Amino acid sequence: MDDRHNKQGRRQFLKLGAGAVGAGVASMFVPGLANNAFAATHPMDQALIAAAKKDGGLNTIALPPDWANYRKMISEFERLYGIRIHNASPDASSAQELQAIRSLKGQRRGPDVVDVGPSFALIGAAEGLFQPYKVSTWSSIPDNMKDAGGMWYGDYFGVESFGVNRSVVKNAPMTWNDLLKSEYKGMVTLNGSPLGAGAAFGAVFAAAMANGGSLDDIGPGIEFFAKLAKAGNFNPSDATSASLVSGQTPIVVNWDYLNLAQANKNKGMVQIDVLIPEGAAPYGGYYCQAISKYAPNLKAAQLWEEFVYSDAGQLIYLEGYAHPARFSDMVSRGVVPEKMLKELPPAAPYKHVQFPNKAQTEKAQNLLKTEWTKMVKV
Amino acid sequence: MSTVVRSTPAGARLRSGTKLLTLIFIGPFLLYMLAFLILPALRLFDQAFSGEHGFTLKYIAQLGQEQTVKAFVNSVVLSSVSSLVGLVVGGIVAYLILRPGAPRGLRSMVTSFSAVAANFAGVPLAFAFVSTLGSLGMVTVWLKSLGVNLYASGFSLYSVTGLVIVYAYFQIPLMVIVIAPAIEGLRREWREAAENLGASSWTYWRHVGLPILLPSLLSSYILLFGNAFAAYATPYALTSGILALVPVEISNVLSGNVMLSPQTGAALSLGMIGVMVVIMLIYVVAARRASRWTRQ
Repeated sequence: MDDRHNKQGRRQFLKLGAGAVGAGVASMFVPGLANNAFAATHPMDQALIAAAKKDGGLNTIALPPDWANYRKMISEFERLYGIRIHNASPDASSAQELQAIRSLKGQRRGPDVVDVGPSFALIGAAEGLFQPYKVSTWSSIPDNMKDAGGMWYGDYFGVESFGVNRSVVKNAPMTWNDLLKSEYKGMVTLNGSPLGAGAAFGAVFAAAMANGGSLDDIGPGIEFFAKLAKAGNFNPSDATSASLVSGQTPIVVNWDYLNLAQANKNKGMVQIDVLIPEGAAPYGGYYCQAISKYAPNLKAAQLWEEFVYSDAGQLIYLEGYAHPARFSDMVSRGVVPEKMLKELPPAAPYKHVQFPNKAQTEKAQNLLKTEWTKMVKV
Repeated sequence: MSTVVRSTPAGARLRSGTKLLTLIFIGPFLLYMLAFLILPALRLFDQAFSGEHGFTLKYIAQLGQEQTVKAFVNSVVLSSVSSLVGLVVGGIVAYLILRPGAPRGLRSMVTSFSAVAANFAGVPLAFAFVSTLGSLGMVTVWLKSLGVNLYASGFSLYSVTGLVIVYAYFQIPLMVIVIAPAIEGLRREWREAAENLGASSWTYWRHVGLPILLPSLLSSYILLFGNAFAAYATPYALTSGILALVPVEISNVLSGNVMLSPQTGAALSLGMIGVMVVIMLIYVVAARRASRWTRQ
């Protein structure tokens, strides 16, 4: 009776108009220029395109249109190659994506490609749910974001940021320790439980790194939130886009791309600042592409990966404020339009972004499981 | 129906007609039960006991972990207390609006409000309470200006106590709805008869009213308990997991983005089924005792 509300899916949190905003940003460019840029950089391997067109479309899963600009990613792919995309359960979680590969094995409607969190990419690879593929831009994907054997590959990443509703918060917090100030009573919020929501989990990690912890030690992060709760600043309710905009949860710790999309969506109505906390290396989270071992449309799946990892595809992520995996490579080659860079927070901290590996993630989960409910009391 | 069935040929036809009706209407229900209740439950059973290398008790053993035990204790305490609050307050409200002499409009007003409130849950409910009883909520701030500091005195909306208050918001109205027919069934004549024999109001309730209502009260309690026990969206939106509760733990391991352990989820679900079975057994025994008078 209680569950009228949609379950908290992986991406259910912010149904924000990243796509719509992205389109708006794009239209700010000289239209011809933007189109030329895309025309020059999307994959044009004619043999692959011809083979992909013979497949029965492309089955994707869990790509929310308003998340990291997937609406545009899908429509551009369809427009360029004339291949129809069937995107199943847009709001499914990583766990559900893997389940779909297992349960739809051998069926025409099984997913061809998935977009999952790194720990789920590792599970999928270990279980043999994926097949290797190396896109032509493979070498410019950072090594710490891909499987050496090509089973999975990071596509985009974000870092932990503070989304601050400035109509409620007069002085925006700049560092993690600023959050402890008494002026932020009842204001600091996560997007769910750190044991269930990726961004909330990352927030505890980021707080740890700012307080003497490291990727190997999330403990200080838990202690930080315990302190935050004790000071009365931690608001344990689940932040939503609506609660940030209305000011019920005026400081939301979340991925930069979600906070940025929210800020731009509400431009002119309410000022939302997005800040990457200073004084510590930013904590990053990425998602991974992988091709299902049982992909019913294998060639179309490969073409999709080529498209996603082309300059054109990677720029689509960036339009949705998600940093593409090949960001540094593209910046150094000067293919990222200035205007797009201006929409983002300063690039400097992103150079030091830290990603945890599997062992570090698991260690942190185990500590969180036992300590979070014990230590953090409001 | 028995009056019609007497004449044999027509009756036989009618009876086979009833059979057909039963098949058409009850059959799908049973199928539905099989597909969406019994088979999934069996699957849970299978999942909870199978590891990478066949049979394992690993996941069931996880139920003994400190964290999990705490989640079960919290869930059971929260459900039983919030149901008790619902039972008592809802029962009294239902009686007051149905009592002979109660204003007519009051009754329809309360029942229609209850129908709405019993279904008001999840994120909107959580935020309604955050903005009234949260640490910066309207009521909290107002009480503070009167010199009553709720949070300094140990109260927190994000604790079991806080959740009991939040749950009461949908438990009480649900109780009003489910108990109303039983209270309406109390005949005026019974009370009059008791009073004529010199019973006080207390004696009437002690020996007539409550014993008649008891079976319905018990089953209402079970319903409220199950309602609270399975509640997920409200506590999640309100506490983001700082309070361990079984449904939230299940969602963390089953559909979260941080951990994945469907088997642990299955084991936790079996634990929940176990708790419900125990509650149902207590109910069966209690209901049998409570309805002894009907057999005398």
